[in-house]
Amino acid sequence: MPSETASALLDKKPPEDVPPAARGMNPQVRMRLQQLAAFAGLVIITIFFAIAGDNFFTYDNLVNNVLLSSVLIGVLALGTTFVIVTGGIDLSIGWGIALTGMAAGTFLITWDLPLGLGLLMALLVGLVIGLVNGFNVSILGMPPFIATLAMMLVCQGLPLVISDNGATIYTNTQFPPYADLSGGELIPNFPNAVLIFLGLAVIAWVLLNRTVFGRYAVSIGSNEEATELSGINVRKWKLVIYGVAGVFTACAGILSSARIGASPTAGGGMELQAIAAVVIGGTSLAGGKGTIVGSVIGALIIGVLNNGLQIMGVPQEWQYVILGVVILAAVYVDMLRKRSAEVV
Amino acid sequence: MSTQDAHAERPANRRSEGAVSPRSIRGSAAEEELRGVQLLAMSGITKTFPGVRALDGMHLDLRRGEVLSLVGENGAGKSTLMKVLSGVYQPDDGELRIDGTPMRFANPKEAQQAGIGIIFQEFNLMPDLTVAQNIFIGREQPQGRFLLRPRILEQRAADLLDRLQLPLDPHTLVGRLSVAGQQMVEIAKALSLDARVLIMDEPTAALNDAEVATLHELIRRFVTDETGVIYISHKMDELKAISERITVIRDGQFIRTLDAADTTMREVISLMVGRDREPAQHARADTPAEDAPIALQVRGVETPKLLRDINFEVRTGEIVGFAGLMGAGRTEVARAVVGADRRTAGVISVHGKDVTPRNPAQAGAAGIGYLSEDRKGLGLLLQQTVTQNIALPSMGSRFSRGGFVNDRPAAADARRLVDELRIKTPSVRAMVGNLSGGNQQKVVIAKWLLKDCDVLIFDEPTRGIDVGAKEEIYALIGRLAAEGKAIVVISSELPEVLRLSHRVVVMAQGRITGELTAQDATPESVMHLATTETPAPTATV
Repeated sequence: MPSETASALLDKKPPEDVPPAARGMNPQVRMRLQQLAAFAGLVIITIFFAIAGDNFFTYDNLVNNVLLSSVLIGVLALGTTFVIVTGGIDLSIGWGIALTGMAAGTFLITWDLPLGLGLLMALLVGLVIGLVNGFNVSILGMPPFIATLAMMLVCQGLPLVISDNGATIYTNTQFPPYADLSGGELIPNFPNAVLIFLGLAVIAWVLLNRTVFGRYAVSIGSNEEATELSGINVRKWKLVIYGVAGVFTACAGILSSARIGASPTAGGGMELQAIAAVVIGGTSLAGGKGTIVGSVIGALIIGVLNNGLQIMGVPQEWQYVILGVVILAAVYVDMLRKRSAEVV
Repeated sequence: MSTQDAHAERPANRRSEGAVSPRSIRGSAAEEELRGVQLLAMSGITKTFPGVRALDGMHLDLRRGEVLSLVGENGAGKSTLMKVLSGVYQPDDGELRIDGTPMRFANPKEAQQAGIGIIFQEFNLMPDLTVAQNIFIGREQPQGRFLLRPRILEQRAADLLDRLQLPLDPHTLVGRLSVAGQQMVEIAKALSLDARVLIMDEPTAALNDAEVATLHELIRRFVTDETGVIYISHKMDELKAISERITVIRDGQFIRTLDAADTTMREVISLMVGRDREPAQHARADTPAEDAPIALQVRGVETPKLLRDINFEVRTGEIVGFAGLMGAGRTEVARAVVGADRRTAGVISVHGKDVTPRNPAQAGAAGIGYLSEDRKGLGLLLQQTVTQNIALPSMGSRFSRGGFVNDRPAAADARRLVDELRIKTPSVRAMVGNLSGGNQQKVVIAKWLLKDCDVLIFDEPTRGIDVGAKEEIYALIGRLAAEGKAIVVISSELPEVLRLSHRVVVMAQGRITGELTAQDATPESVMHLATTETPAPTATV
């Protein structure tokens, strides 16, 4: 492209486009609008299913089916929001559930470790997965897509190795206190898994909005080089960000195995739903813009859709198609919004 | 190119078809008749951008059979001129004629069809395609509009390269070629489009002497009674070697065209910089005392590609300007000093302590702040707020405790700096991308002020900024020096360097070619050092 090269050579002061201040909508306001749009979407489909589907709008269904089934996608979405905010992607999170779940089962049941220690070790496994991703992306400079695709295959294979090709699986009933993590009710009629999800969401929100870690993640996604030149050790922080995403994956793995037991295929394919939830929530795949509330809403939208369509008797295959259309629509709306606010 | 085979035996002639009957050998009587006749003429060409008159009644004429050199300082308007000629920009006013026929190019394609070929300093080549594929990209003439015919393509490329006597293999991947080889591909590509006017921007910037000789030989072969070359370069001895006439432009205006044969370098330089330039009318910051402590010391910095043996120091309260032509390596020095680019050698000390940073994070910790030339690309997070941008370098130290961000003091400091630097923004929560260039630059300065670095490196601090804002930024830099910061100012605008600096370091081709005190630094003396071909002994005054 001659124009591009030419502009690099343009040694006369280039024309400054000075956009009218009127277009300068405060980014926080815009972010809130985006969340509002996602939230409005959630309300609309909820109302739709409440009217169209029998037994949808009941406490029992909303909490025990919709919320509970949103938990895994939701927890994955929380962790991967940080990665996506940097402009990266993590494909290993879905199968990471299988690996960390099997690890938890092994520690708690086969090795008979105390609950706390076993869980801590499972979280460590997740951390290691994430740090290896981070090392490959940030230190070795691999494209995130490829590095985490490779890790995804590793996470797909290792659980089969651990379980001797599926011969060993752990049911959650083998270890009651563990099953309580998901099914117990610290608050009556409110599953612990949902409570843990909400707790993790609060932690993630604080991490993203109130800590240096989150601030740097957004900065890296906005402009990695400028962040580097601002004196921030971008490599180190990217490593940490992928590590944190791995810990969230381990949380999902633990919740999954506590709820339905650990199997070497649990969670496979869930990475794409989690990424979809993040995108629907308004986090930009290009990086630099992310919202935890949006990711939670995105996960709930997917949960409501899955459950509502099921209640209405829409076959699974069509549910996939509808989810695909919803993602396209969400991304397109985001693009329209961005185009109208384009400044550079 | 359909009839090219018929003329394959005549290497010098690249015109293959059309109204003009092919002339056999260069220098025939018929050719001499046409030589010297005007080929391309620009008159009164004006191009303005908001706030900048890039070309102001520009005049240029190129004769058939000549190589015309075009010289001017950075910012004189050469690039805009090239873009007008190549159809990237449409002039606001003025006339462009080829062979006496008025022309208007709506886009680069039309300029190409009119016979104008441009070889930019940065090549437009695809490194993973072969020489043949690059030359004929977009003109593959596929069978049935779809199927490529690689053998025919290669044959056409081979014929073309033969005619031009270029030592290239059509099968070679362009990425494997040297810079000189890639340039040959660019030339072959331009000539395969039947260019009559070939414009070359700094074609020898990255070539060694032997390659320059080859290039000049190639240019001489290209120049016939049908064609002409506009040769942009800063290397004075080259201009005399290759061109008949030299056109000097300055501040977007035509200054004069000289005969290369009876002109001196001194004359060209003084025309380039303008004799009528007033001396800096504003007082610069007070010169620091002789014994002011050395804040930044750089010893023997080298980079794999460009820099060789870079040595300089900056005292507390001193402003050191870096001057040099484009590509001399000024920005590279800054990036190497803060560890943004890899060094192969060198020691960097701050206040006598070896800090040699491996990355900008370590440089920041050692108190060296770098304000990038590429404000939008490397300096700012355009989608983030003013506060976010200002607070970013200080986030880890000043605005957080135990990893938790404390936004309130960050916003307070941002508001204070917005007031102090008079940054025009609706609020500190406005998006930086929506501010004007001058205000964006002030945000960049604000973020480094807050970081409280002892050494500040300003790279093109006023690029793309209007005159009023420039003065404010100059005043600010002066004030920072007076407060005891050690400051480096890199600028391609010589008046800016001369106006601000206590001392001027001049670079050429990756080396420091000289150092001048404020008293000795004149446009002429700086330009002389900047066009020095071989490294001169550093004359520390």
